[in-house]
Amino acid sequence: MEARPNFFAMTDLRKSYPLGDERLEVLHGISLTLEKGEYLSVLGPSGSGKSTLINIIGCLDTATSGDYILNGQRIEDMDEDDLAWIRNREIGFIFQNSQLLPRLDAQKNVELPLIYAGVPGRERARRAREMLERVGLSDRMEHYPSQLSGGQQQRVAIARALVTRPTLLLADEPTGALDQKTGRQVMELFQQLNEEGNTIIMITHDLNIAKHARRVVYIVDGEITEPEGGPEYA
Amino acid sequence: MLRRLRASLSMLLENIHMSVTNIAQNRLRSALTVLGIMIGVTAVIALITTVTAVSTSITSSFASMGAGTLTLSVTGSDLKTGLAPEDLEMLTNMECIEGVTPSVTLRSRVSRGSDYESNITIAGRNPYWFSVNEDIVTRGRQLNVLDMNGIHYCCLIDQDMQESFFYGEDPLEKTLYVSGLPFTVVGIFDTSGDTSVAAMLSGSPDILIPYTTALRLNNTTDVTSLTLYLAEGWDSGTATPVLESALDELFSYEEDCYEINNMDSLESTMESMTSMMAALLGGIASIALLVGGIGIMNMMLTSVTERTVEIGLKKALGAKPRQIQAQFLIESFILSLSGGVIGTIIGLGVSFGLCRAMGAAFTVSHGAIILGVGFSALVGIVFGWAPARKASKLNPIDALRRM
Repeated sequence: MEARPNFFAMTDLRKSYPLGDERLEVLHGISLTLEKGEYLSVLGPSGSGKSTLINIIGCLDTATSGDYILNGQRIEDMDEDDLAWIRNREIGFIFQNSQLLPRLDAQKNVELPLIYAGVPGRERARRAREMLERVGLSDRMEHYPSQLSGGQQQRVAIARALVTRPTLLLADEPTGALDQKTGRQVMELFQQLNEEGNTIIMITHDLNIAKHARRVVYIVDGEITEPEGGPEYA
Repeated sequence: MLRRLRASLSMLLENIHMSVTNIAQNRLRSALTVLGIMIGVTAVIALITTVTAVSTSITSSFASMGAGTLTLSVTGSDLKTGLAPEDLEMLTNMECIEGVTPSVTLRSRVSRGSDYESNITIAGRNPYWFSVNEDIVTRGRQLNVLDMNGIHYCCLIDQDMQESFFYGEDPLEKTLYVSGLPFTVVGIFDTSGDTSVAAMLSGSPDILIPYTTALRLNNTTDVTSLTLYLAEGWDSGTATPVLESALDELFSYEEDCYEINNMDSLESTMESMTSMMAALLGGIASIALLVGGIGIMNMMLTSVTERTVEIGLKKALGAKPRQIQAQFLIESFILSLSGGVIGTIIGLGVSFGLCRAMGAAFTVSHGAIILGVGFSALVGIVFGWAPARKASKLNPIDALRRM
């Protein structure tokens, strides 16, 4: 894997919110670097600043100070439209409870990011079907979310995240709403996707889930610490 | 360039598709919202089309009635305050004039014995008027030249006057007092046969007397208002200059002593009056459209709130603010436009029915269709704008936190 210094780099990232007359600082200087092809999990309890961090990584929110460089682009300099573009091309979101649109079938749900990317209809359908096949749902393309099990829904959501071939897969508690068995299947899929070269950041509060990643960092009270010796020692 | 155009087109098609899906999803709510716009557009279209159709038929019947006549109203100068009977004679003898009918009216008290009625409309007529309105006298005789020249105190009365003063009697050769002066009844006339424009505008008189007598009752010798009947082969365009030169001479070339009007100007006055009426009624009806627009806005705002998560998700997947805005705007546009189209069709149907009931010729004006459809589309955009903007401004984090 080639080393690219500007692939993913956060330097002294801070985020604070106004709280009455004062400001509440949620992130106290986060520094984190990632290389292409890494599989990182961010482990932390609720209230640790986890959600704030994932929003900033996912370009849904911007930091109060500090630098965030993703795929050579400084996120701080961007306006609303640029951020939308980054979210579309660079980031593949996977949410806790899949967040599929109930009125669209599996294929149309997967096509959604491609619509905003301006991909023409036929090409869109082809790529969506390809991704659904990749996650093992070739026989469920015309099914609506309500006709799919929780695990299947999450796999549709993964296909939707993958379909734009993003720089970064960003998963927020991807197994949070699943039972153990389907959760394990999703983790296996993540493993394969990482082996195929996808860079993954997974946020979780569950140590057993976090251990699936090749690298684990803790987030506690808005600060990141990295255990020596890798995930086994976490 | 072409690629971008194709991309925007595909985006638009997707938006339309999503909007239609959404509208179909909330069938009852969408139907009620559409109903609001529909009623507004129906009211506007029905009123405007009907008023236009009715006014067109009134105007055309006016035009046919007034063909070949001019009206002359005299304001006079200090030297000459009006037209004397000999001036009327002069006008009658002109080549372009077939005849003239002076219009002298007064309102007065009429009595017989102990019976009396005040505020009766009395009109002075000349023999030519009776030749134009041949069938008006049902009994007795018309007024003739002798009556004019002799300033005779004779009169014709209508059916109502006959019933009031001569119930069960034969009124002919009986005496009726007008302004305290005795008039001999020489005939009965029937106003329902009077189709002249003057009669329509001023209401029918109850009693007809020689115009010379009417002038005397009015204490004047001047006729200030008359209708000129043009001779064969003349029209208002050719006759007006000839008349003007004669009248200018009569009034010693002083300015603003008289005014010649033809039916064209009356027609245009009528037209401007009815178009004003159409605008007024349309304006009132468009209040319904406004209410419909507020209904759309209400529904769209509810829809934005309900679909907060969906909006947040779409933003997380890379939808730009203006793409979100476009989606909601298209939705309200489609809702409003469909209401407008249905409303236009129903409005035209209602107008067709009303026109048939009133005997007016029904015409579909392109203007009304453009107005109905265009206005409803505009309402959709104007009232959809604020909710669509609200949706586009939604913070994706806040939106996703709800999940």
